[in-house]
Amino acid sequence: MADVVLDHTAASHGAAGQYEAPLFGAYSKKVGMWLFLASDSLTFGALLVAFSYNRLSNPAWPTPFRVESITNASIMTACLLSSSLTMVLAVFAAQRHDRAWTRNWLLATMVFGTAFIVLHGMEWSHLIHEGMTPFGNPWAPTVPQFGGTFFTLTGMHMLHVTIGVIYLGVIALRKWFLPILGAIWLVGFFVIPSDNVFHYGIHVLLVGLIVATVILFLKPKDYDAHDVEVSGLYWHFVDLVWMFIFPLVYLMSTKI
Amino acid sequence: MATSATTHAHAAPQGFIRKYIFSLDHKVIGIQYFFLALTAVWVGMFLSLLMRLHLYWPNAVLPLVGEIKPETYLSLLTMHGTIMIFFVLTTAPQGGFGNYFLPIQIGAPDMAFPVLNMLSFWTTFVAFVVMLSAFFVTGGAPLHGWTGYPPLSAVQQAGPGEGLGADLWIGSIAIFCIASLMGALNFLTTTLDMRAKGMTLMRMPLTCWSWFITAILGLLAFGVLLSAGILLLMDRNLGTSFYVPLVVVNGQIMGHKGGSPLLWQHLFWFFGHPEVYIAILPGMGVTSQILSTFSRKPIFGYKAMVYAMLAIGFLGFMVWGHHMFMSGMSPYSAFAFSILTMCIGVPSAIKTFNWLGTMLHGRIRFKTPMLYAIGFVSLFVSGGLSGPFLAQPVLDIQLHDTYFVVGHFHLIMGVAAIFGMFAATYYWVPKMFGRMMNEFWGRVHFFITLIGTYAIFMPMHYLGIAGGTRRYSQYTEVAYMQKLMPIHGFMTYAAIITIAAQFIFVINLFWSIFKGPKASDNPWEATTLEWTTATPPPHDNFGGVTPVVHNGPYEYGVPGAARDYVMQTDPAIGAAH
Ligand code: HEM
Ligand SMILES: [Cu+2]
Repeated sequence: MADVVLDHTAASHGAAGQYEAPLFGAYSKKVGMWLFLASDSLTFGALLVAFSYNRLSNPAWPTPFRVESITNASIMTACLLSSSLTMVLAVFAAQRHDRAWTRNWLLATMVFGTAFIVLHGMEWSHLIHEGMTPFGNPWAPTVPQFGGTFFTLTGMHMLHVTIGVIYLGVIALRKWFLPILGAIWLVGFFVIPSDNVFHYGIHVLLVGLIVATVILFLKPKDYDAHDVEVSGLYWHFVDLVWMFIFPLVYLMSTKI
Repeated sequence: MATSATTHAHAAPQGFIRKYIFSLDHKVIGIQYFFLALTAVWVGMFLSLLMRLHLYWPNAVLPLVGEIKPETYLSLLTMHGTIMIFFVLTTAPQGGFGNYFLPIQIGAPDMAFPVLNMLSFWTTFVAFVVMLSAFFVTGGAPLHGWTGYPPLSAVQQAGPGEGLGADLWIGSIAIFCIASLMGALNFLTTTLDMRAKGMTLMRMPLTCWSWFITAILGLLAFGVLLSAGILLLMDRNLGTSFYVPLVVVNGQIMGHKGGSPLLWQHLFWFFGHPEVYIAILPGMGVTSQILSTFSRKPIFGYKAMVYAMLAIGFLGFMVWGHHMFMSGMSPYSAFAFSILTMCIGVPSAIKTFNWLGTMLHGRIRFKTPMLYAIGFVSLFVSGGLSGPFLAQPVLDIQLHDTYFVVGHFHLIMGVAAIFGMFAATYYWVPKMFGRMMNEFWGRVHFFITLIGTYAIFMPMHYLGIAGGTRRYSQYTEVAYMQKLMPIHGFMTYAAIITIAAQFIFVINLFWSIFKGPKASDNPWEATTLEWTTATPPPHDNFGGVTPVVHNGPYEYGVPGAARDYVMQTDPAIGAAH
């Protein structure tokens, strides 16, 4: 596996003074992450356009979210905002080479992220229970797009948060994270009743587990401050996306 | 983390699989992309041959497909367009030549993320296999054209081929999007971060600029198509109604309601228009490179070329509406899209005149790559001239969905980009495989292909103006279109000859790779970095050293220099500039 381990980052080259100064002074991964986020924002952008387009062309768009829903979504928002703060603290700790606190703050970020996912999952289950599906809803039978856009947009975002939590877990705990992830997957699978979508959705964790295993065994290394910073970029981006989804999907559909 | 500061970090891999199959070497990956595209272009071309035969002899029974029913024709049409656009025009110029030569031309040992590079090739490969498998499932390949307009593409029952075949088609496109995103990210990071000392942005060869800008377009466009494709899959399989209003198929009301097919058109063309530049920009880059090299003159207006490409890339994102003039859009939007579209004519003209200016008073060497580069300019102009016509909403109402459009995009995008690839092949095969291609057969191939493609696609303009609609399988039943049949006949004969001539190319290619005369390190007396290293280049491109760049990319005919060209690495004139 020798050559998988070796890297070509401009950091190693730039150090020798044989290359033009790279964009962020140090390392290609950060450029790569920024570029990924640029394209991902277009991916979300298209979904947001799809939402807005459907909403504008359907005047009978329902506004069913009562105060409980909005409160729940506000708590979720608070979780994400707090997680951004703890993420920043993790990056600072990593830059101070404070390993213990880097890990602690990363874990705190993951806890907030997980809380977000769980709250969101409960919200989904609740809505599904009330009769909302991707192709229909009890409030406006002529506007099936309400459910369709809701589930796609928030589902895509939830997927991103889940990937984010796994990503941070790999950075914070490396191989020790794998059994934890595996345990969460199994427990989730058995605890969530089989008539609930998350009974199946939890398999995302299995996929994450496999990918994380491959990465950790092919490229075993200590993650440094750069890696923490790059994962932070991702995490903040996912938070930022929520700041568009929350007002558009929830606040603008409040029942008054 | 920093494994090695001076040399290329990974040792040359051992073993067949690591060396040729799952290789991390950008050169091997480039060649893999090249052969993938070569396979795809033969599939695509075979499909077009079947279409052309059917158009002129509608009742003929053809090999492999038998009698062509209208839906068979539409499947052929869909797969032809999709394979050509995604797996040929997007794959070979960027994934193939770009992968091979971008790192070398900027003096890097490899791409920034070699593993990602390997993944993007294999993901593309999977997408291609999934695409082809659509032929073999029940119902066959989809009918909805490469643009996949709903409701046809969104309703399973809408026709044969709109079942599993269409799912595979959309799935393949989604996988392809992911592959292209990974590739684009790699290209951009490599260009930004791994240029050798002295290789400032404004000293990069125009090929590198074109790959760079193509990658920006890919990065921003494919994400949108990915989302659009996911929504389409949901409409088809989860019963959502993003794109589908209430539709009735065979007297049955489908479950959808309230969706808008126009949403798909917006999302698709927001990707689709940049996509046509993804196809053509690398060709522009390689044409600039070759025209300058074989005219023995610096490229005329290097900076203007760079800014023109940037302008094309930028404007390319604001003109998608010109594909939708017929959708009932507000005249004000149509007006804006029309004006913006015509603005693209300005940077395009700048490029054209700069190419002509490069050749003017040059000591031109008419080698095969040069012929193809000139052919590219010719086709780019001929195809481009019909663009401003189509950009007029008033004219487009007449011309949309006629053969005029087919002629337009084949000349400017299809064949021009293919000519860019031919030019690149004849120009770079000596470096890639260490052997020269045959000049004589190269020229024969060039002249037949040039005349042949004009003969196929020029008459389409007349056909379109005369009202010949596109995407019809048979024109013999309509009185006024019967009169156009001789033109179809002419195009079919021209297509048969042109397609036959492509055998000259592949035979020349494979014969040369194995038996051609050995190529020197710099057979064309060109100046860019790939010609400073061995032929074929060693595993780390420059044999353990990193080149230092002193000159711009096109220093030909420099007064006072010993030869008529100065390599980018020559210190000689560095001071004078
Ligand atoms: C041997 C040369 C070629 C021939 C004879 C040929 C022929 C055709 C024909 C007959 C059609 C169907 C027109 C209609 O009924 O609407 C077509 C469509 C098309 N071709 Fe080609 N073609 C050739 C090369 C290419 C190349 C190199 C490209 C790469 C871009 C390409 C891309 C397309 C596309 C995008 C369509 C439209 C598909 C659609 O509307 O969904 N073709 N071609
Ligand atoms: Cu366009």
